[in-house]
Amino acid sequence: MTTTIAQALNRALDDALAADDRVIVMGEDVGRTGGVFRITDGLRDRHGGDRVVDTPVAESGIAGVGFGMAVAGMRPVIEMQFMGFSYPAFDQIINHVARIRNRSRHRFSAPMVIRIPYGGGIGAAEHHSESAEAIYVHTPGLKVVAPSRPSDAYGLMRSAIDDPDPVVVLEPIRLYRAVKEELADEPEFVNIGIASVENEGRDLSLISYGAMMKECREAVKRLTDDGISTELIDLRTLTPLDTEAVLSSVRKTSRAVLVSEAPRTAGFMSEVSALISERAIFSLSAPVRRVTGWDTVFPLKRSEHLYLPSTDRIVAAARSTVEESV
Amino acid sequence: MRFTGALTSPRMRQILTPSGALVDEAPMDDALASRLYRAMVFARTYDRKSMALQKQGRLATYAPFEGQEAAQAGSAAALEVDDWMVGTYRDAAAMWMQAYPMELLFAGRTGHEHGGRVPEHVNVLPPSITVGGHMVHAVGLAWAERLQGSSRIALTYFGDGATSEGDFHEAMNMAAVQKVGTVFVCQNNGWAISLPTAEQTATETIAEKAIAYGMPGVRVDGNDVFAVYAATREAVGRARSGEGPTLIEAVTYRMGPHTTADDPGRYRSEADREEWVRRDPIERLRVYLSERGRWDEDWQMRIEEQASSEVERAIVLAESLRAPEPEEMFGAMFAEIPPHLAEQLAEAKAAP
Repeated sequence: MTTTIAQALNRALDDALAADDRVIVMGEDVGRTGGVFRITDGLRDRHGGDRVVDTPVAESGIAGVGFGMAVAGMRPVIEMQFMGFSYPAFDQIINHVARIRNRSRHRFSAPMVIRIPYGGGIGAAEHHSESAEAIYVHTPGLKVVAPSRPSDAYGLMRSAIDDPDPVVVLEPIRLYRAVKEELADEPEFVNIGIASVENEGRDLSLISYGAMMKECREAVKRLTDDGISTELIDLRTLTPLDTEAVLSSVRKTSRAVLVSEAPRTAGFMSEVSALISERAIFSLSAPVRRVTGWDTVFPLKRSEHLYLPSTDRIVAAARSTVEESV
Repeated sequence: MRFTGALTSPRMRQILTPSGALVDEAPMDDALASRLYRAMVFARTYDRKSMALQKQGRLATYAPFEGQEAAQAGSAAALEVDDWMVGTYRDAAAMWMQAYPMELLFAGRTGHEHGGRVPEHVNVLPPSITVGGHMVHAVGLAWAERLQGSSRIALTYFGDGATSEGDFHEAMNMAAVQKVGTVFVCQNNGWAISLPTAEQTATETIAEKAIAYGMPGVRVDGNDVFAVYAATREAVGRARSGEGPTLIEAVTYRMGPHTTADDPGRYRSEADREEWVRRDPIERLRVYLSERGRWDEDWQMRIEEQASSEVERAIVLAESLRAPEPEEMFGAMFAEIPPHLAEQLAEAKAAP
């Protein structure tokens, strides 16, 4: 059946609720309305208000209560309505969720999923377009995944719910209904920590994740038409990062363009760039390039196109990288 | 600034006066009262020993609870052994009563994460170090127990300062909306480091904040172990029978500094403290037990010796924990060590 990312996530949550009594879905408006993006649509009707819970508007409370539930043996899946709204929950996520296994030396753990719709491109109000994944990746004790297609959305969500540790699932808002795929009757789980080589190539490694994968796929088509054989890697998991996928690709192609819509400075792609320079610099024939959002506040609707990396920017960066090669 | 107004509040419940006289029916028999007296003596011994050990450099920063023994012992005694407890760095007495091993309490203060690894049967979270973030955990714990068909409830301790944190509001509100079996115990000890309660909140009491959340709020003399026990027993009963959360304000006083790094002389007078010596939680129970023929000098000496040797045993055990290996630091971040941490572990072990 042709499925969107939104439908795949809905199905993953539905299947997890059916498969495991410990799973509970919580958040603002996730029940009766099915969430502002309708990701949890119909779940309350099928699984009941005790398991699909409309909470008060209290992100820190949702994260902290989820933490308590996870410690007591449940598998909570909490929703932060937008990434900008996850900031009030930082204290809970960073100080408690990510640390309890270590501070109790395995006696307690917080196996929970923190769902965060992230990224821009839908002309939303201020605070609704953030891409602050670096903060979560930088927090020891969290796993962070960012699917870009329905099969991965399903498979990573199921793996995240089954994971013994807390997992942040970044859901690309503008791809929720923009990427479709046939989903099997019984879709497979996708392991956390494994990147996907979407397109094999010889000349250049184009590396991205989440929402920017759409523009990267378009760029690959145009670059291929130009005769630049481009390897496209969807990282899928930001931490633990599949370093081998990155390094073996770059060693093969000798060029890397890294794409992310987050602000550039100390963004996640800075980490990937550092990895390449530490472990593959002698394989490079051109400087590593980042195509990113800017170090500005994410703009409102009429300036979004000035901020988000476009297919044109990605293609231009790739061409320059090839042209500049030694 | 004197912190005395609160004690004259008509809403504050008291059963045992500072002079050891009953003004209401005792909520427990002599056996339990004796047990709590002994527990408070143990707690004070632990607390004073910790202060001494910190001065010797054997413990890291320590937050003493002297003066708050009844607030902790009286409330902890109202729990079942497997109920959840979520406390702070100043709640060692309560945690110990809920079976948190004393050697692990010491281990944490010596700077060893092993101190957080309580035995499997102990449902006490390691002490919360940030202020206020842990109260919502007690909501999630109790809620999860209900969802799993268990009658376990959760009790959380916090101070007057924590009631100014946003998470106090979120915890109280969510617990009340969902009728979760959580007991909120505020030990109002008058001071949040240097800030007196009068500057922490514009309400006369902490207990009255419960009204806004739609839950009962009770105010008790926190140095009266009977009043604390009675109020907590009632709240625990409500929580266990599905009637929802309760806020208890135990009015007490922090006799010592905020921590060993603090100098209370900078913000409060010795006269305040003297007043609270008269209201000591242990002495009034001693008088009560003595008048009932349940206390004498011999017993006092015996339990003091037992307390000292238990504290000594615990500190020796804590200090004899072997030095942590890098594997423990890297190996406790996740259920299974991920590749990047395995690499960093190798790097750490090979480091000069």
